[in-house]
Amino acid sequence: MIAIKEISKFYSETQALNKISLHVNEGELFGLIGPDGAGKTTLMRILITLLLPDSGEAKMDGLDVVKNFKKIRHIVGYMPGRFSLYQDLSVEENLHFFATVFGTTIDENYDLIRDIYHQIEPFKKRRAGQLSGGMKQKLALSCALIHKPKILVLDEPTTGVDAVSRKEFWEMLKKLQDKEITILVSTPYMDEANLCDRVALIQKGKILDVDPPQRITEKYPHRIIRARSDEIYRLIQDLRAFDKAESVFAFGEFVHFTGTDDNVEPSQLDAYLHKKNHKNVLVEEINPGIEDVFMGSM
Amino acid sequence: MKEEIIKVKNLVKKFGSFTANDNLTFDVYKGEVFGFLGANGAGKTTTIRILSGLSSPSSGELNVAGFDVYTETEKIKKNIGYMSQKFSLYEDLTVAENIRFYAGIYGISPKHRKEKMGELLKKLEMENGRNKLIAGLPLGWKQKLAFSVAVFHEPKIVFLDEPTGGVDPVTRRKFWDMIYEAANDGITVFVTTHYMDEAEYCDRVSIMNEGKIEALDTPAKLKEKYNARDMDEVFLKIARK
Repeated sequence: MIAIKEISKFYSETQALNKISLHVNEGELFGLIGPDGAGKTTLMRILITLLLPDSGEAKMDGLDVVKNFKKIRHIVGYMPGRFSLYQDLSVEENLHFFATVFGTTIDENYDLIRDIYHQIEPFKKRRAGQLSGGMKQKLALSCALIHKPKILVLDEPTTGVDAVSRKEFWEMLKKLQDKEITILVSTPYMDEANLCDRVALIQKGKILDVDPPQRITEKYPHRIIRARSDEIYRLIQDLRAFDKAESVFAFGEFVHFTGTDDNVEPSQLDAYLHKKNHKNVLVEEINPGIEDVFMGSM
Repeated sequence: MKEEIIKVKNLVKKFGSFTANDNLTFDVYKGEVFGFLGANGAGKTTTIRILSGLSSPSSGELNVAGFDVYTETEKIKKNIGYMSQKFSLYEDLTVAENIRFYAGIYGISPKHRKEKMGELLKKLEMENGRNKLIAGLPLGWKQKLAFSVAVFHEPKIVFLDEPTGGVDPVTRRKFWDMIYEAANDGITVFVTTHYMDEAEYCDRVSIMNEGKIEALDTPAKLKEKYNARDMDEVFLKIARK
């Protein structure tokens, strides 16, 4: 449904995208996972025909992003990272506006947006600028869907959104997937990778890996050991001072340790920490998560 | 012996008929990392603005760093630091100019400033970046520098309002290394975040919902109380009520 071949893009001397190639299948929920500045927005803006690539080519449902840009705009729904609806129009007016621009009506495609729009419909006379963050997000998604696109492109829809609203948003995306919409979504939250069918890890304009999230973590070659004690700050310091320490970082209540080689045993660390007088020590080997993989490949 | 650095008793803040902070009572101890969590719109920013002397409560007794929030707001401002994701540094000033500007505002002598700036830039490995404009820096650098500027005048408390959004996982953790270091030096850290793994790094966490504090304890005790695997689950249970 989305085919990207060796796309590069420069902003003066900075290379935003470095020969990116990627395929997204029909009906897939595909995640672009990477931090600020990785190139996620640039890639999305090329795909939705708002930006020209310097080299390479890309097709959306078989249509070329340069030659067929007008046709693509009819089959793609886009939700930018920054809230971009008309703040001084009401909820209903915004939706009506986008429907009209695409030559359709709210009634015609109401089915598609019902679940989402239903939640903000009680406030349909309110100006968009006066909505809460979560409501703005729902309105933006409704507007991106009102012309019944084949492909939905969402640029960091959950950044700065609280954990509850984030969870609800992903539930909405799953429902849209059932309606045969292909979804390309970007996020800096590594934990959201697990909610996608496949993900691309992207950093500094390059793709580090593409696979289903489970595969990405399964094939990670290094051993991860996690440790806990009563004093997390001292624990991090002490583990970093361990002679075979490669990387030591906090992960929630634990600290994840990777050795310079994979022969460091949990029992060695356990003994080391006891010698350093740590209390309530727990050391064990674990399966890596997406965040471990991402950090390991940086 | 735990010393309270922030004391809040029956804090109420109303905007017209809307109650943003509904009778909050809590203490923050000196040198702790205090996580202040809640969904968007729960009332966190309102509380932070009051604690930093930028807004007055409708009622309640509050003391921050030994000063009263009604009558001694200027003294409070001298004793706290503040950093947010949205605004912290001047984009069209250089690194050195930003530091000089903040040092000037807090009345730090030029001699002391020069010494400290040298140390700081060395620590951040930014000695070659001192004359670069903030606008051109990577987000991770900006965040580290913004934090360093917020604690440059050695405040008793530093307020961090969603400091880590958008950065890569390594940068985010390096930022937390700085937070731990500050706490270890005795600075009290009051932090809001949407990353629930970061909630685990706090000594104690409060969770707000619709203007009220629904829970306040150490992450371990909260997980036990709500029978949850991690703080994410605790948060969902409380904020979805």
